[in-house]
Amino acid sequence: MTLLNAIVQGIFLGAFYAVLACGLSIMFGVMRIINLAHGDLAVLGAYLTFVIVERAGVSAFVAFAIALPVMLVLGYLLQVTILGRSLKAGLLTPLLATFGLSIVIQNLLLIAFSPDVRSLGGSAGAFTTASWQLTSEFSISALGMLVLVVAVIVFGALQLFLSYTPAGWIMRATAEDPEAAELVGIDSKAVYARATAIAVAIASVGGLFLAIRSVFEPTSGPTQLIFAFEAVVIGGMGSLWGTLVGGIALGLAQTLGAQLHPQFSVLAGHLLFLAVLLARFGGGRLTLRVAR
Amino acid sequence: MKVQRWTRTSKLFTGATGAVAVALAVVPLIFGPDIVQKLTNLLILVLLAAMWNALAGYGGLLSVGQQAFIGIGAYGTVFFAGMGFSPYLAMLLATVLAGAVSVPMSLFALRLRAAQFAIGMWVIAEVISILVRLDNNLGAGTGISLFQMNQFAPNFRQAYTFWMALGFTVLFLAAMFFLLRSPLGASLQAIRDDEDAARSLGVRVASRKRLLFVLAGFGCGAAGVLVVANTLFIEPGSVFSVQWSAYMIFMVLVGGLGTFEGPILGAILLFAIQTTFTQGGPWYLVGLGATAALFALVLPRGLWGAIEERFGLRLMPVGYRVVSPEKKSEASA
Repeated sequence: MTLLNAIVQGIFLGAFYAVLACGLSIMFGVMRIINLAHGDLAVLGAYLTFVIVERAGVSAFVAFAIALPVMLVLGYLLQVTILGRSLKAGLLTPLLATFGLSIVIQNLLLIAFSPDVRSLGGSAGAFTTASWQLTSEFSISALGMLVLVVAVIVFGALQLFLSYTPAGWIMRATAEDPEAAELVGIDSKAVYARATAIAVAIASVGGLFLAIRSVFEPTSGPTQLIFAFEAVVIGGMGSLWGTLVGGIALGLAQTLGAQLHPQFSVLAGHLLFLAVLLARFGGGRLTLRVAR
Repeated sequence: MKVQRWTRTSKLFTGATGAVAVALAVVPLIFGPDIVQKLTNLLILVLLAAMWNALAGYGGLLSVGQQAFIGIGAYGTVFFAGMGFSPYLAMLLATVLAGAVSVPMSLFALRLRAAQFAIGMWVIAEVISILVRLDNNLGAGTGISLFQMNQFAPNFRQAYTFWMALGFTVLFLAAMFFLLRSPLGASLQAIRDDEDAARSLGVRVASRKRLLFVLAGFGCGAAGVLVVANTLFIEPGSVFSVQWSAYMIFMVLVGGLGTFEGPILGAILLFAIQTTFTQGGPWYLVGLGATAALFALVLPRGLWGAIEERFGLRLMPVGYRVVSPEKKSEASA
């Protein structure tokens, strides 16, 4: 039963990683860049929600509904100011620029909110601690179920967007070949800005779950980035549904690792990631594979 | 038309650099332990910047995980000293260990590209950090001190450590200097300028990158060795911190990516900033991050790259310049 519990917990944890990784996967798929500030943007979303909860006294989910459009706009602005510029300057520049941005966000959060550890668990309602007791030893947590359902909705909605809406077709066309897309009149800059806006908004969903599931602090970002990137790589870079699978594989590795020894949790995830990289010999397939 | 390597300026400056190195050697005889310790820190920064630049500037390898080698060097020193080796011998052994570890690691890491390499190295550093935390003999998560150093009087200890730092820095900078001037160096600079073009001209890109990776492994290991000798206490949280990568990126980007002189300039700048804002604190890090990002976007070859371009100035002769009879123009090799 402990093993079954661990597997279910691993799937829930993995769904959380998949949500966190989704934006990273989108940005890599569309622009071929990895945003090293991705984790910090997720944490920024959590802080924004936290502020609204404190000021307005509303539940975390209501506060997040207000924070989400702000994060969308922030993502859009991020693309038109920093990322757009860095894209033109070669392979390493986006990494360098977003690494600098990551340090800036972390330390601004540190200035604004002190290094204290926060959580949104208390303001998300009683159901965060609720669970369905199936047998005496086995139960399913309501929050875990919610994260899994949201993960499937997020990935499903993205799939529908990319497959059935003109904006989605344009995004896929730009991802395949930006120059050819420009030739038929697509403004790739606008597409990139939209993709980043969506990516940052989904990152903040991840930030919300981080804040409700456990605790967060100004320096939580880099760890979230590593887990998100691991999920993307394990699932296959550029594959959207692969990221969901990769997230769940990472979550399972961590909870099963913790079964051996509490300190093996994160280590097991890292080792799975390195093993996948080794198996692919790094080159890998770097094309955006979106199921039609 | 002739091709020129040395100029008056570069002769003067290379001579002056040698003179500075010699002059630095007498620092511990003149100044107190406080200044000696600070200058040791400066030398560590120079060494780290030069090594990160070797990777990113010449190999196109952006690593966010060089703290892995800093940690191996630092913990290796504690480990060998614990086995009964004299602390300074332990420092040499730990440097060799870090370099040796980088060889098998390169087989794996160099297959990765761009972000995969950057974050892959970061994860490797995290894994090593977790393994150290699991080992009680290395102080687990709480840290460990290099108490064997206490057999030396503080003044002598500081002086020895400083000389060791000076020796390592000169050694690795000289290695870079002669490497870049050798026929191999021409291929490295070609990779820096355009990797695909270099490959199509027959440059063995993979083996060149391996050389840089191992050199940086040795160099960052040496820096880690010096960190523990200078502070006498280490903990996994700080020695494996990604902050080291942040410092290296700042120094190299501001100083000048892919130039020989730039990282040294960047290290001096960071040292000056650290000495001025002794409290450190978040605003100082906001400034560092923002400056690094700005340089990446606006001035990708840093201050030194801009100076070189503007004035055609080259202080260390690691390239060639073409001098036409009528008009002095220059081109980098």
